[in-house]
Amino acid sequence: MQTNFTAEQLRDPGIATANKILRTCVHCGMCTATCPTFVLLGDELDSPRGRIYLIKDMLESGRGAPEEVVRHVDRCLSCLSCMTTCPSGVHYMHLVDQAREVIEQTYRRPWHDRAARALLAGLLPYPGRLRLAMIGASAARPLRGAVPGNSMLAKRLRAMLALAPKRLPGPSALSGVRTHKAEGDKRGRVALLAGCAQTVLDPEINDATIRLLTRLGIEVVVAEGAGCCGALAHHMGKHDPAMASARANIAAWLREADGAGLDAIVVNTSGCGTTVKDYGFMFRGEREQAQAERVAGLAMDVSEYLTKIGYAPTREPPGLTVAYHAACSLQHGQKITGEPKALLRKAGFRVVEPAEGHLCCGSAGTYNILQPDIAPRLRERKLDNLHRTKPDLVAAGNIGCITQLSGGGLTVVHSVQLLDWMAGGPVPQGVADVR
Amino acid sequence: MQQPEPKRHVLARRDAIVAGLRGILPESGVIAEALRMKPYETDGLPAYRQMPLAVALPETTEQVAAVLKFLHREGVRVIPRGAGTSLSGGALPLEDAVVVGMMRMNRILEIDYADRCATVQAGVTNIGITNAVQAEGFFYAPDPSSQLACMIGGNVGMNSGGAHCLRYGVTANNLLGLRVVTIEGEIIDIGGHHLDAAGYDWLGLLTGSEGQLVMVTEVIVRILRGPEGARAMLAAFKSNEIAGQCVDSIISSGIIPVALEFMDRPAIHACEAFAHAGYPLDAEALLIIEVEGSVAEQDFLLGRIKEICSQFDPISLKVAESAEQSLAIWKGRKGAFGAVGRISPDYLCMDGTIPTGQLPLVLRRIGEMSDACGLKVANIFHAGDGNLHPLIMFDANDPASFATAEKFGADILRLCVEVGGCLTGEHGVGVEKRDLMPVQFSPDDLAQQRRIKDAFDPGWLLNPSKVFPLQAPHTLAIAA
Repeated sequence: MQTNFTAEQLRDPGIATANKILRTCVHCGMCTATCPTFVLLGDELDSPRGRIYLIKDMLESGRGAPEEVVRHVDRCLSCLSCMTTCPSGVHYMHLVDQAREVIEQTYRRPWHDRAARALLAGLLPYPGRLRLAMIGASAARPLRGAVPGNSMLAKRLRAMLALAPKRLPGPSALSGVRTHKAEGDKRGRVALLAGCAQTVLDPEINDATIRLLTRLGIEVVVAEGAGCCGALAHHMGKHDPAMASARANIAAWLREADGAGLDAIVVNTSGCGTTVKDYGFMFRGEREQAQAERVAGLAMDVSEYLTKIGYAPTREPPGLTVAYHAACSLQHGQKITGEPKALLRKAGFRVVEPAEGHLCCGSAGTYNILQPDIAPRLRERKLDNLHRTKPDLVAAGNIGCITQLSGGGLTVVHSVQLLDWMAGGPVPQGVADVR
Repeated sequence: MQQPEPKRHVLARRDAIVAGLRGILPESGVIAEALRMKPYETDGLPAYRQMPLAVALPETTEQVAAVLKFLHREGVRVIPRGAGTSLSGGALPLEDAVVVGMMRMNRILEIDYADRCATVQAGVTNIGITNAVQAEGFFYAPDPSSQLACMIGGNVGMNSGGAHCLRYGVTANNLLGLRVVTIEGEIIDIGGHHLDAAGYDWLGLLTGSEGQLVMVTEVIVRILRGPEGARAMLAAFKSNEIAGQCVDSIISSGIIPVALEFMDRPAIHACEAFAHAGYPLDAEALLIIEVEGSVAEQDFLLGRIKEICSQFDPISLKVAESAEQSLAIWKGRKGAFGAVGRISPDYLCMDGTIPTGQLPLVLRRIGEMSDACGLKVANIFHAGDGNLHPLIMFDANDPASFATAEKFGADILRLCVEVGGCLTGEHGVGVEKRDLMPVQFSPDDLAQQRRIKDAFDPGWLLNPSKVFPLQAPHTLAIAA
């Protein structure tokens, strides 16, 4: 597609990158069909092709972000379904991330929007703060119906309270910075990205991962100094905090890699996995680029790593049907589609897949709070498709989806919890009831 | 791109027209801010761009009728738009026109398995119809390469084809009925759940009329029971001409495969990079041949086809061994246009038809033209029915390159007509081939066709400035 940047604009490395991405787009429109917001809203402006056009116009003008562009870029889930569909290989993720940065730098949002974003960016990456907030939110949850009004602020507040768990799980026995020894002969050593929000919302996921890996002879280290991957801030266009988080992780993991050694950095939250795998690009032109690339190269989704080292169940098949919900960050962001299903089958589950599996459930990081008009519609559509498969359970590889889909009449767990259970671990919570 | 003079009185009344639309449609259904209209300035042919007066996104047939009635009264031109995937600029706006987009009318209304048909709104995607019926073993046959995204209303407008039309026919052969809205805002139903609509063949007339006669809001399509099985094979050859001769030989032997597709070297490489289908990278030309039926039928047909291919000194012959392999083979072909975006920043996708016997000659001449003008061309097309899609690669950031590409494209289409073919196979004339129409038709022929438009739309409000050359004296209002 034609672009109209001046030679001076093109000297800016950001614009040069954007120009390269825009020039790969041939405007064929294939991406529109698999974009969740286009399917719901039926407007070119809420499709990837429309957004690409808006972003192109914004970058070419050099005048910063106008409200009309912000509105439609904000509605993008960053599910990256468009990247799976695109035959031309347009790197939409890098383009929209750049647009978000421009928006953050040049557009002054209404006060309540700024407040909501600051709140999320100040809470979610910090387990201590999030935990306190969640205790409050859980207590206030029954009051969500009493929040009055139809303003964006009221809708967001209701969405936030609805997402709070009814009862917050306590911190787990295995959490915290430490090294978990391999059982039996040690076959490998990995770092686990313990993550941020996940440790508060469902610490069982990390515990199951640690139990399963150590049982398979893998030493698991939760490295000192590693924390949030930075995705949350990154997707809100907050460049500096995102880079700071990533920098801390890179330092922490390379210390381990250069010390006792690492075969992989295992990530069990696919949203984070997509970002860690992109560290190389995030640090392009920076002093730490080589280190960032090294970390990105070591990052593996837990399903990838289990496939690599080999997984086998020790329990008899439970006779349960599992609907596999493909998290967008896994299927589109990391192009991991077969592994989780194959592992679940190997574990003895009957695996079914919902129709429209490529469509996002509406979780998308903070999207379910920031876009309270669209996210619930995607959730309903996803739940409807999942219910149709008549599953006993739903398995997903991302805490965001699990939180989003919980409470919809289905038991939703992380795939790794089911794999751990079938290999000798405890029955995951909620699963006992469906058996 | 030359456009007709905008109507000054319409431009002057823009605010009132937008207000009128807002009175008919919900708030989000009218787009009038310049920045937000920008993505509607073009379609699948982004070399041509024009900002519209406004964009309207109706959700029901009644809303479409109300919008058209209002715009007709105001004398405002209308550009119907589906998914905006047209490769001939069929949805290119005009400065004084309202784009009426059908993307919100995306519901499947009724599936009638007993009578084997489905009633769908115009904004349902082509593949959306098959997706809705495939659990019961049915499918909708015409399969344009953009079938994932393109909408059935647009398919009717352009009488779209696809790889499998060799066996199943194009859109016109798979329609049973339409609900349409005239420019006056009248809703008309044609046909039903049965073969052959009553009276004159209105379906035949409206299909392929490029949004110039009526706006289609609902479509009744025929759905077919899927075959017992299908298998694709790849046949690789040392030159385009040899592959062309092989196509000719297969068709003239009396075998009609369900699909018979051709790719040349640049296309093979682009598609393989995207689909990893196992296309032979050492070949100059590749045929994708698909047969269907019982295993015995498939084996028999593939055996015969292999025999014929063997007479043309093939580099390799490979039959897909699994459904996944067949799928990957088609994924490459269906994504071919976009995949060319990997090897060239931009392309023009031409669409002409020729008698299949002329394939070798036409491919050689296209090669010569490519050498002469210095622009690369990737040839991807439905070889079985002689429908060529040469993709001319150029650089849109270089105006000279675009001008050369346009001229090269026009020369290819002239060649198609010269050898007894036609300007368009399935993409429609749009704006792209508008000015080449006199190559195909005499002034009398064109005048007769214009009279048909006059009968439906005397004010020339529906998608004007497409199909007919601007210089020709339009019978009525467009000149006024």
